[in-house]
Amino acid sequence: MLNEEHEALRQSVRDFAREVVAPVIAEHYEHHTFPYDVVRQMGKMGLFGLPFPEEHGGMGGDYFALCLTLEELARVDSSVAITLEAAISLGAMPIYRFGTDEQKAHWLPKLTSGEALAAFGLTEPGFGSDAGGTQTRAVLDGDEWVINGSKAFITNSGTDITALVTVTAVTGVAPDGSKELSTIIVPSGTPGFTVQPGYSKVGWCASDTHELTFEDCRVPAANLLGERGRGFAQFLRILDEGRIAIAALAVGLAQGCVDESVKYAKERHAFGKAIGDFQAIQFKIADMETRAHTARLAYYDAAERMLAGQDFKRQAAIAKLYASESAVTNAREATQVHGGYGFMNEFPVARFWRDSKVLEIGEGTSEVQRMIIARDLGL
Amino acid sequence: MNIVVLVKQVPDSGAERNLRTDDNTVDRGSASNVINEMDEYAIEEALRIQEAHGGEVTILTMGPSGAAESIRKALSMGPDKAVHVVDDALHGSCALATSKVLAAALGTLNADLVLCGAESTDGRVQVLPHMLAERLGVAALTGARKLTIDGSALTIERQTDEGYEVVTAQTPAVVSVWDTINEPRYPSFKGIMAAKKKPVQALSLGDLGVAPSEVGLDGASSAVVEHSKRPPRSGGQKVTDEGEGGVKLVEFLATEKFV
Ligand SMILES: Cc1cc2nc3c(=O)[nH]c(=O)nc-3n(C[C@H](O)[C@H](O)[C@H](O)COP(=O)(O)OP(=O)(O)OC[C@H]3O[C@@H](n4cnc5c(N)ncnc54)[C@H](O)[C@@H]3O)c2cc1C
Ligand SMILES: Cc1cc2nc3c(=O)[nH]c(=O)nc-3n(C[C@H](O)[C@H](O)[C@H](O)COP(=O)(O)OP(=O)(O)OC[C@H]3O[C@@H](n4cnc5c(N)ncnc54)[C@H](O)[C@@H]3O)c2cc1C
Repeated sequence: MLNEEHEALRQSVRDFAREVVAPVIAEHYEHHTFPYDVVRQMGKMGLFGLPFPEEHGGMGGDYFALCLTLEELARVDSSVAITLEAAISLGAMPIYRFGTDEQKAHWLPKLTSGEALAAFGLTEPGFGSDAGGTQTRAVLDGDEWVINGSKAFITNSGTDITALVTVTAVTGVAPDGSKELSTIIVPSGTPGFTVQPGYSKVGWCASDTHELTFEDCRVPAANLLGERGRGFAQFLRILDEGRIAIAALAVGLAQGCVDESVKYAKERHAFGKAIGDFQAIQFKIADMETRAHTARLAYYDAAERMLAGQDFKRQAAIAKLYASESAVTNAREATQVHGGYGFMNEFPVARFWRDSKVLEIGEGTSEVQRMIIARDLGL
Repeated sequence: MNIVVLVKQVPDSGAERNLRTDDNTVDRGSASNVINEMDEYAIEEALRIQEAHGGEVTILTMGPSGAAESIRKALSMGPDKAVHVVDDALHGSCALATSKVLAAALGTLNADLVLCGAESTDGRVQVLPHMLAERLGVAALTGARKLTIDGSALTIERQTDEGYEVVTAQTPAVVSVWDTINEPRYPSFKGIMAAKKKPVQALSLGDLGVAPSEVGLDGASSAVVEHSKRPPRSGGQKVTDEGEGGVKLVEFLATEKFV
């Protein structure tokens, strides 16, 4: 089903995930450290430039190539996969899609090489699903924006190599009386921009997540990303395609659960047999494989529509909803197949279990996906 | 510097491998086939030399038509082009014959440096680099864990059980490498796309002026007469320590001629 190049990429990333990520990730996870060395090697391999054209230092691939990569990474580890997902679809993509030539020339080469990371700050402590509730404000003072407010749960925002955060802020009142939302680039280290200490998370423990605060933070007026007042439309586009990427990541986790369970079911013996000889275990794993496969088809379909320039909103929401719920179910079942060992952090399935839940929350909760699907059906 | 890297396709050493029952040759159908692991290090070394000194990197493979897949993967790492020696008559060739064919192919390539893995994971004879150097009449720097180049002077650290030896030679030369020499890169998407357009030249025995009778099973200097599966591990012998455990251990080691 995959063409030769996509298959070769999948294989290359699979080798990388097994040989480079797998041996070190448990240690990072346990100590909540960011895997700089893995990220550096991902950069060398060109993963951060995958869907961008070569003129911006990219690999000239498409969004589907990114999805395949995320799937293969998440099959081994989700922290590394979400680092790449957020760096590309939330970090570099808004600059590529909406930035001026100067902004692209300044930021993209660093971002597509993986030398630097960009983050996207939409969620706030008080508003997540209801992004229209944004309270962070930016006021134009001469030729500078003055930003005040805070952002919550922002991925890649506080690493040593984070170069910028794109934040959504209220910049005025729209002609119809609603909030005028815009997006503004805030370089790391700008006075008034504070990265709070990392959260203690249930999962994604080797990924970087922070609350951010802005107190009279001043950036040049030229840091406005795209048109003033287009912030809402921009992040809707970014979130729509990001859902396909999260679906791919969830499929990877769901498939990783199958990989680990098949292996363990052949090795582990109970009542004189390999537990894989019991139909109860076989059926669990068969169902897991069925979910992973079906979810994969859903994201392939959404990606194909997007690349063909067709409307893909509903299909992306379906893929994200089904893949993330499949990941959660598969992780629960894989842990079950592993018995007591599944509850021990040293087993990959324990990591999968902890990492799976956030997939039903980040980049649009399952309820939000259902709202999108229902709305698209005319309800 | 004009570099040729020898790349062999072998059955994946991570999977179960078999010999064929009809002619005792490697069964290439039973496991997935991959680039011989050590050769990936040779490719990486060639690319690093090219990055530092310029020149061209060519992949040279002798193998069945299915080896084209490994050639494509090798090219996706970055080399410029490939030569594939492919001929039905080559099936079952011994190391001596292989070195004859590769030497003939190298005769058409004008290499300053031939890089290869120190061994292949299927045959594991480790003699090919030496045979090749002998046939070409050039120096053999084998088993390198480090290679430095200064003009036409090559210096390697030759890995040994005790440490390493420093060996030097002038180009042209054959250098074989161990997996301690570098960390091979993973193909990038750009590399994968570019590999599709890189030239792969197919050469037959006729093109190289080698007679079919000199190679293959019939021309082999050695023959595998018979093979069988490695017997399953036996239970071993338990020594219970009742005061003279140490003595019993030494006795065991002595009867097995370990001490
Ligand atoms: C690890 C992690 C990383 C993240 N990274 C980023 C990032 O990089 N950038 C960023 O901007 N954000 C990020 N987020 C934030 C994430 O996108 C939000 O958590 C998510 O959108 C949900 O918002 P919320 O947490 O405010 O939940 P809320 O919106 O408060 O939702 C609470 C519950 O109410 C439900 N709900 C809300 N509205 C409705 C409704 N109308 N009908 C039915 N149910 C409803 C929700 O589905 C949910 O179950 C991250 C979050 C996490 C946990
Ligand atoms: C935190 C923790 C605390 C614990 N505390 C204690 C304690 O204090 N004392 C103590 O003795 N033990 C304790 N245990 C061990 C616990 O009781 C076992 O983990 C549990 O009984 C499962 O056994 P197992 O882990 O060997 O899984 P296994 O028996 O190997 O089971 C693996 C999988 O195979 C399935 N399976 C096995 N046989 C069959 C079959 N015939 N048909 C269908 N499916 C089958 C199981 O349901 C499971 O899904 C603890 C475990 C944990 C995680």
